[in-house]
Amino acid sequence: MFYRENGQFKTTYQSDQQIFAIPQDRWAILAIVAFAFIGIPLLVDEYLFRAILIPFLILSLAALGVNILVGYCGQITLGAGASMAVGAYAAYNFLIRVDGMPALAAILLGGLVAAVAGIVFGAPSLRVRGLYLAVATLAAQFFWDWAFLRIKWFTNNASSGSVSVADINLLGWTISSPTDKYLFCLGILVVFSLAAKNLVRGAIGRQWMAIRDMDVAATVIGIRPMYAKLSAFAVSSFYIGVAGALWGFVHLGSWEPAAFSIDRSFQLLFMVIIGGMGAIAGSFFGAAFIVILPIFLNQMLALVGSWFGVEVSIALVSHVEIMVFGALIVFFLIVEPHGIARLWSTGREKLRLWPFPH
Amino acid sequence: MKLRKLAVAASLAAIGLSAALTAPAAFAAEEQFFPVLAYRTGAYAPNGAPWANGFVDYMKLANVRGGVNGVKMIWEECETGYATDRGVECYERLKAKHGGATAVQPLSTGITFALTEKAPVDKIPVITAGYGRSESQNGAVFSWNFPLVGTYWSGADVLVQHIAKKEGGFDKLKGKKIALVYHDSPYGKEPIALLQERGKMHGFEVSLLPVAHPGVEQKATWLQIRQNKPDYVFLWGWGVMNSTSIKEAQATGYPREKMYGVWWSGAEPDVKDVGEGAKGYNALAMQHGAEPNSKVIKEVLASLHAKGQGTGPKEEVGQVLYMRGLISAMVQTEAVRVAQGRYGKGKRITGEQMRWGLENLNLDQKALDALGFAGVMRPVHTTCIDHMGSGFARIHTWDGKKWNFSSDWYEADQKVLRPMVMLASAKYASEKKITPRTPEDCKK
Repeated sequence: MFYRENGQFKTTYQSDQQIFAIPQDRWAILAIVAFAFIGIPLLVDEYLFRAILIPFLILSLAALGVNILVGYCGQITLGAGASMAVGAYAAYNFLIRVDGMPALAAILLGGLVAAVAGIVFGAPSLRVRGLYLAVATLAAQFFWDWAFLRIKWFTNNASSGSVSVADINLLGWTISSPTDKYLFCLGILVVFSLAAKNLVRGAIGRQWMAIRDMDVAATVIGIRPMYAKLSAFAVSSFYIGVAGALWGFVHLGSWEPAAFSIDRSFQLLFMVIIGGMGAIAGSFFGAAFIVILPIFLNQMLALVGSWFGVEVSIALVSHVEIMVFGALIVFFLIVEPHGIARLWSTGREKLRLWPFPH
Repeated sequence: MKLRKLAVAASLAAIGLSAALTAPAAFAAEEQFFPVLAYRTGAYAPNGAPWANGFVDYMKLANVRGGVNGVKMIWEECETGYATDRGVECYERLKAKHGGATAVQPLSTGITFALTEKAPVDKIPVITAGYGRSESQNGAVFSWNFPLVGTYWSGADVLVQHIAKKEGGFDKLKGKKIALVYHDSPYGKEPIALLQERGKMHGFEVSLLPVAHPGVEQKATWLQIRQNKPDYVFLWGWGVMNSTSIKEAQATGYPREKMYGVWWSGAEPDVKDVGEGAKGYNALAMQHGAEPNSKVIKEVLASLHAKGQGTGPKEEVGQVLYMRGLISAMVQTEAVRVAQGRYGKGKRITGEQMRWGLENLNLDQKALDALGFAGVMRPVHTTCIDHMGSGFARIHTWDGKKWNFSSDWYEADQKVLRPMVMLASAKYASEKKITPRTPEDCKK
């Protein structure tokens, strides 16, 4: 009833092709973004910022990058954690080795270095596909794990191998409180999501999707596979690299290479699978799901335990978390392979007809 | 009609749920809250669980003894899995509960590095008894870090002193080879600086053999040791890495008598599986070893485990890591007592007041004996600029069935340690733009 397009006539191609063609959509998105910028800082306490919202924002950015590569271009990657690491350490090195480098510039340059590394380690995608490509990207993951542990130059010869970053300064605004960090990450995420949405709607995005659907046919009709695949790796690694730099600078403050291990790569891949491959909104759903699920399970199990008078040990909670995760991934792959994003868009389709059944 | 019933049932359920969710928010005013960042799952759980059990048991014991001037200890456990981001999340979740955390003990050098950034902002002391950054001994720069009773530099120093004693003097160390098999993490890398410094001083060669997490792949490492034949092997492992190292040493025939582990590599979970194969393996004892006969253990067994109130299995009580957790909780509780002495007996103290208490800890032998630690611990005396408080350690050896002390007391050589600590903390201070505190600042 509310979502129908009755009476909405588009008179220009531009208005017909824009991202949120229906005014209800546009208003809804604007409301969400406004709430995110203005409402949430007023309502939310520090713990929610630090433990849920900031990781959610940064991991959605990373999931966006992984989605571009896995969901839109069809190149499976298990090296996303390595791209995050490259972005983080590159940004760190730019920040400390170049005098007067602004933090935001360091973060973006870190992303660029990650993009270059992504192109180099994405080269195998030109020869192999599927599982073999996954193994090749796994090699990238372990290579960078090793590099940041062994090559002292990357960590500025720190004896412990841990690096840390002081407060970030952006044109005189010192980003130190959780609210500042949240707004900084949100700003970057909004800009990057808009860019990603436009990329996947444009020519390059259509090339990626053609490669994903049937790369031989795409080559036949004239899409250059090298350009398409390597550009997917580059853009994806840029996004993931910026997310990695934000993770280190904003969320952790001080990190060692284990912060970007293979577990992080798996986590990002699961976010994309559960959230929805090939859908921008899927990255956000997946990130929210995976950031919140462990905390939710933790609190819920403790609560349920207290109802029955049973003290739930933290070991049990941890084990249940892993079991539920695995079960959910299998569930999603069987029941809804296109993830939560598909459930959401199905819901929207039904909403357009509501209250009528068809 | 059906809809009405459904609506009523739903609203009742919602009320019930919200009541349950909001219920235990109020705290009794005179209680000290301590978050317990433990790991009971994952590759490091065999070593993390006994520590957590000892830690919680001491707080229960303190409450049984009447609390600190009537103020009881309360705590909440949170699973970190030895992962830095989970540790940070646990810290963030628990730091404001029950009126605010009084102190936090992360039991992970990685998490310590992350919390070192956050603690000064939140004003919660980070106690890292026997781990953490070695340079955080300098309280003038690291005003919120407390590596009480031992750091990795003091431990490595004691090991070097011990083998020098075995060889017959520091001059006899010239030309010797020491291999450091270490966990490839900030924890494992900590002793390298001190060993290289001592190596330069006395002319022994230090070869570094990192082992990647979780530490089950050591065949290549021990093959290298077999080829190089070092005179001594120092083991800086954790979790399953320790038992794997000893098994590999047995497989390649390296004499366990020449192996020396740090105090985190010298506990029952590391040697129990290997049994007789670990006989002769030595490790640092951070003052205490396995102390089943100490007065405090007897008290724990009688007042907690006998009544079914103990944490963890009864067999674990008195073992090395259990004692470590117990002692970590003990120094924390005593710091509360010291802080109460200044800020008001019988009242809850804040994180800042706890810091003052930790900096003015003066546990003499009489006080320790009264607490039940006679023969287990030596006096601990912290100051504003010395957050370690005691540099004593011993060596204990596994005889196939239990740990026995095999050396006298050693004290870490401050003449070697102090310049290193000052240099490293000065570097940190300049990176983070911290002005070191002066003695006047400390009195506040």
